[in-house]
Amino acid sequence: MNGEQRDPQAGTVDGPGAARVPRPRTAGGTGLLQIRDLRVSYRDRGVPLPAVRGVDLTLAAGETLGLAGESGCGKSTLAGALLRLLPGNAEVSGEILLNGSDVLKMSWGRLRAVRWNEASIVFQGAMHALNPVRSIGRQIAEAIVLHAPKSSAATARKQVGELLEQVGVPAWRAESYPHELSGGQKQRVMIAMALACSPQLIIADEPTTALDVMVQAQVLTLLKQLVQERGVGLILISHDLSVLASTCDRVAVMYAGRIVEQGPGHRLFADAAHPYAQALAAAFPVIGDMASRRAPRGLPGDPPDPRELGGGCAFAPRCPVAVAECVEYDIRLRTVDTERSAACVHVGVPA
Amino acid sequence: MTGPSSGAGAVTRRPSRLPSPLFVLRKCGAALLMLAFVVVVNFFLFRVLPGDPAKVFAPRGRNADPEALRELRERLGLNDHWTVAFGKYVKSVLSGDLGVSFSQHAKVTDVIMDRLWPTVLLSGTALVIAAVLGVWLGARAGWRRGSRFDKLSSNAAVTFYSMPEWLLGLVLLVFLNRYGIFPTRGMNDPRSTLPAWLDVLWHMVLPVTVLAVVYVAEYSLIMRSSILDERRADYLTTARAKGLRDDLVMRRHAMPNALLPSMTLFFLSMGFVVAGAITVETVFSWPGLGRLTYDALRGPDIPLLQGLFLVFSAGVIIMNLVADLLMPVLDPRVRAA
Ligand SMILES: Nc1ncnc2c1ncn2[C@@H]1O[C@H](COP(=O)(O)OP(=O)(O)OP(=O)(O)O)[C@@H](O)[C@H]1O
Ligand code: SF4
Ligand SMILES: [Mg+2]
Repeated sequence: MNGEQRDPQAGTVDGPGAARVPRPRTAGGTGLLQIRDLRVSYRDRGVPLPAVRGVDLTLAAGETLGLAGESGCGKSTLAGALLRLLPGNAEVSGEILLNGSDVLKMSWGRLRAVRWNEASIVFQGAMHALNPVRSIGRQIAEAIVLHAPKSSAATARKQVGELLEQVGVPAWRAESYPHELSGGQKQRVMIAMALACSPQLIIADEPTTALDVMVQAQVLTLLKQLVQERGVGLILISHDLSVLASTCDRVAVMYAGRIVEQGPGHRLFADAAHPYAQALAAAFPVIGDMASRRAPRGLPGDPPDPRELGGGCAFAPRCPVAVAECVEYDIRLRTVDTERSAACVHVGVPA
Repeated sequence: MTGPSSGAGAVTRRPSRLPSPLFVLRKCGAALLMLAFVVVVNFFLFRVLPGDPAKVFAPRGRNADPEALRELRERLGLNDHWTVAFGKYVKSVLSGDLGVSFSQHAKVTDVIMDRLWPTVLLSGTALVIAAVLGVWLGARAGWRRGSRFDKLSSNAAVTFYSMPEWLLGLVLLVFLNRYGIFPTRGMNDPRSTLPAWLDVLWHMVLPVTVLAVVYVAEYSLIMRSSILDERRADYLTTARAKGLRDDLVMRRHAMPNALLPSMTLFFLSMGFVVAGAITVETVFSWPGLGRLTYDALRGPDIPLLQGLFLVFSAGVIIMNLVADLLMPVLDPRVRAA
């Protein structure tokens, strides 16, 4: 029902044990977001750079999905693709069904209406995501007025104040400019902005990176609380597995543009199935530890250059338990148990 | 440094949009100092110039009889020791007296004031038109880099930018003179049946066009490169993500950020507005300060040149001061620095 037939990488066959991606756990297709075989390739001076290589994901309303993985594994690319925000040199294929309609096939007008209204993004690096010469209140109000043209300037201003208070920023800050705010406040402002049009889906791309530990915890608590109160779907991106495990219903681990393991956050931590996820979990990075961002402790080597990916498991060169089969077949997700799947030859086959 | 909890009672800490009084005072002080320096330089510069001013000033020029010349030198203060002369000069400048023009036999201040308005009208109009048009053209070209519009406007800008303005003026002059649509000489025509202001406007068309074309090129090139710098900025992705139309992303978000260099250029050129455009005013016989400078140089009419030099320097210094004081109001990032 999925998988090999759609796989454009002809010639690669799924390994023994056959791939089966578990269908959404949610009841009868009410999925808020369904991503099917999403692929993104950047054209980098003529050379294609596959940053996302066939990702399937689902998210139900009110659910929180964590997305983990080392720097460069394609997390931000995946996030940007969801609202078609990638730069012009990105080629995107697959399906992104948001409330049932495919974002990748929408007209520009429809897409603009969907942006921020149905799904919003808290961008990685909020330091630069705010316009330096506009007051933050104006930037938030802009989104409100754009998607509710009938709202008066006064109501918009009132809403902005409420939004700011909600994320713990005093309402008078609406008149401030980004450079007058601390990093944590900017991050909160971005979150307030993401909430402005009451979207059903919020994508938070490393909303806590570059913040000190205290503020990190505050921002995470805030996000969790907002998701509970408003019942929105949240995709929380982080390189930090411990953050995700404590915040998310489900966590997906990405490696070299693919999801290599997916399952409930706590289980991922306790007994990860994929060797890469195991390494991540073992590293148990401390919140705010920047070194763990680049290489999880105890995992030698660097992530592969996406331009040089061949067939076989992308993790094979670093994998402590690699076997001959690993490089022969394109390893896709296999079922581990009812709630988990992983892309490894050691999974789903009898020992 | 400010926790969110500490903000509730902090309404009084609302950041000010205006520069601090100390900042204003400092900038004004610096401008005054610069003006004083210009006055000093102005005095000594013309003191060391070769040539005998008396001979220029005398009614019969170089052939004036020696007795009359000696008397004239005395009257002009040319025999004074420089310390005495400098004291007199500073005193008269402070009292708004810039001396008497050799060639026009009138007070320098009156001569300059007569010509100031036409120059400000001509160069100022050209500058404002050029800035608005150039910023728009450059922004559009940079936003759609590599488009037909970009190629066309950038090539035109480079061409006009590298072309001397007198050449452009002459081309227009020769070309349009043949059809005689727009006047090519002076600022008004006594025989004209038009209302006075319309007549002046009519006379402005050609010289303003020539000046504006040259300035437009400058602004559009600068604006284009500033927009190119901003194009990949993260806050533009945010603006797009919010669902803004592409042209609004440019107008509301990219342009205000890319405008700083163009605004700086605008204020700098405003300072030079009084200096006029010597070439264009000469080509079109425009009765402005540029033309006056040209005539004063031919004399040479030392007091007039001295006065012009002072007025031009003051123009630049004052507009710089205005820019320094206005920039923080216009751009919050300057305020931060
Ligand atoms: N505009 C672009 N042009 C070309 N390549 C790009 C572009 N943006 C990203 N890439 C490449 O795509 C790959 C995935 O990048 P992406 O930013 O999605 O990673 P990430 O998982 O978000 O990393 P990080 O944790 O550092 O944010 C990287 O190899 C990166 O170099
Ligand atoms: S498929 Fe092979 S190389 Fe890849 S993670 Fe599993 S064991 Fe390691
Ligand atoms: Mg990223």
